[in-house]
Amino acid sequence: MRATYREAVRSALRTACRRDERVFLLGEDVGRYGGAYACSLGLLEEFGEARVRDTPLAESTFVGAAIGAAIGGMRPIVEIMTVNFSLLALDQIVNNAATLRHMSGGQISVPVVIRMATGGGRQLAAQHSHSLEGWYAHVPGLRVLAPGTVQDARDMLLAAIEEPDPVVVVEHQFLYPMEGDLDETAPPVSPWRALVRRAGKDLTIVAWGGSLPKALAAADVLAREGVDAEVIDLRCLRPIDFPTVLASVARTHRLVVVDEAWRTGSLAGEVVARVAEDALYDLDAPPMRVCSAEVPIPYAKHLEDAALPQVRQIVEAARRARGPRA
Amino acid sequence: MTTVPDNDPTLGLFSVLRDDGSSDPQADPFLDDPTLLGMYREMLRIRILDERMLARQRQGRIGFYGTVTGQEATPIATAFATRPEDWIFPALRENAIMLARGFPLEKWLAQVYGNSADVLKGRQMPSHMSGRAVNQVSWGSCLGPQLPQAVGAAWAAKLKKDPVVTVGFIGDGATSEPDFHSAMTFAGVYKVPCVLICQNNHWAISVPSSRQTSSKTFAIKAHAYGVRGARVDGNDVLALYRTIKEAVEHARTTSEPTFIEAVTYRIGAHSSSDDPTRYRQESEVEAWRLRDPLVRYERYLRRAELLDDALKASMSAAIEEQIATAVRAVEPIAPPPRSSMVEDVYATVPRHLREQLAEMEAHPAPPSAHGAGH
Repeated sequence: MRATYREAVRSALRTACRRDERVFLLGEDVGRYGGAYACSLGLLEEFGEARVRDTPLAESTFVGAAIGAAIGGMRPIVEIMTVNFSLLALDQIVNNAATLRHMSGGQISVPVVIRMATGGGRQLAAQHSHSLEGWYAHVPGLRVLAPGTVQDARDMLLAAIEEPDPVVVVEHQFLYPMEGDLDETAPPVSPWRALVRRAGKDLTIVAWGGSLPKALAAADVLAREGVDAEVIDLRCLRPIDFPTVLASVARTHRLVVVDEAWRTGSLAGEVVARVAEDALYDLDAPPMRVCSAEVPIPYAKHLEDAALPQVRQIVEAARRARGPRA
Repeated sequence: MTTVPDNDPTLGLFSVLRDDGSSDPQADPFLDDPTLLGMYREMLRIRILDERMLARQRQGRIGFYGTVTGQEATPIATAFATRPEDWIFPALRENAIMLARGFPLEKWLAQVYGNSADVLKGRQMPSHMSGRAVNQVSWGSCLGPQLPQAVGAAWAAKLKKDPVVTVGFIGDGATSEPDFHSAMTFAGVYKVPCVLICQNNHWAISVPSSRQTSSKTFAIKAHAYGVRGARVDGNDVLALYRTIKEAVEHARTTSEPTFIEAVTYRIGAHSSSDDPTRYRQESEVEAWRLRDPLVRYERYLRRAELLDDALKASMSAAIEEQIATAVRAVEPIAPPPRSSMVEDVYATVPRHLREQLAEMEAHPAPPSAHGAGH
């Protein structure tokens, strides 16, 4: 069936609540309002106030309460409006959820799912538009998932709920209205693996989340120029499935990484570094990165468009990675 | 404007023990003799244990230690006022709760040394102890995060209809942290079965409690969140027992939270890294030594003819022997193997950690830090 990314998230939340009575949802406006991005619309009516909780406005505390509830045997799913707001809960996520299993010698697990919107493109300026998932991807003890397709928006969230460890799920806010195929009965693909979304032999484009549709669009443009690009959807940002990336680079010998975060200290840098460490001699050209301009993401449309990675820049980077025609 | 009446429990100071060793008959919980002596033995044990551990730290045998000297009454009263199935979310000075709830001394000491007998596998510093077996969770060193967690665990108990109460701790300093305020908000809004206890020991390292609030008391803040509040003499173990027990059972039966301020004093340093003579007067410490919770309780027990010099001496000797035996057993235990540190980052060891372990093991291990000295 056809569904939007937003509906796929809702489908996963509904399925999780039906499957497991330990699952409950909490966050700002997740109940009556149905979530800032309408992901939980109708779930309060279906599951009641005990399972769908509108919390007071305190990110640190509703994440902390979810951690406590997870320790106490529940399976909470937290919604944080945006990755920018999640900074108010960094202590709970990074110092607590991520460390408690290890610091307790494996005695305590924190099976909490923390969903948050990320990325720009909707003119919401610098405090709602950043791509900070790389910060979470830096932290041992966390798993970080970035669904870039409608099917993954459902499957990855359901997989996250099954995890015994804390999982941060970053949903790109530009993708919520995106339509795609959704099969609610198909066996899910492991969320921890990168996937080849478009096979190609001339160069590898690595992307994830909101950058995936842009990378696929760029591959279409390149195809018209006779360049056969392979597009890898990284999907899981921690731990990263490097073997899939390395295998692709071994076939294509050229690499472009698209990352909506800022270039300096980015996950794109991590992917390039790992390819350089493990497969430098597979490369026929310097690897390229397409990232956001290193500015707070601006509000005005033409400024925001200029700041974020666009299809045109991915195509241009691919052309440069291809070098002069042999 | 609503005012809080002068006789409000958040403004007074509930106490049972009088200076002459008698008790207020209206307030005395009249506990049975084994409980009375059991609480004394546990208070004495942590007093002696702290002295021995601080000496070990000064000798360079352990890395860090924070004593609870002067504050023994609150953790021990909590241990006796809770049931085994209740959860403890401690701050820095509540480690003795674990011991008094049955966590073995040898395993507790293994955490101090961080060796391979440590159930935490050498990953958490002393005075931040935890044990799943006694439902005690590690403290959040950023001071406040354990309170939202305590509220959340209480919430889980309520959702699961388990008759379980969580007790969360915080110091006077950390009441300035945002987590304190929002945890109180959540506890009040959701009516969850938790008891939040502030040990007001008057000093947050070098900053006095007068710099943390301009409220008349810490306890009065409970009113602002719609939470029951009480203020209790934190050096009076019987007053603490009665207050905490009442709050815990109230939470269990009604799901209503309580915030308790225990007024006490940190006789020792903040930790082994601190020198309190730099910021406070010895005369202030001396005044509080006269209110030593052990001395006051001892007076009560002697007056009740439950304790005399001979019993006290034999108790002390037995505790010293228990500690010495445990230290002898634990100190020589080898540190955890370095390969163990990749365990428990996740429920299963992921590929990248297996690879990093293989890289690490390709290089020889540094000389063993066996027996500490780090």
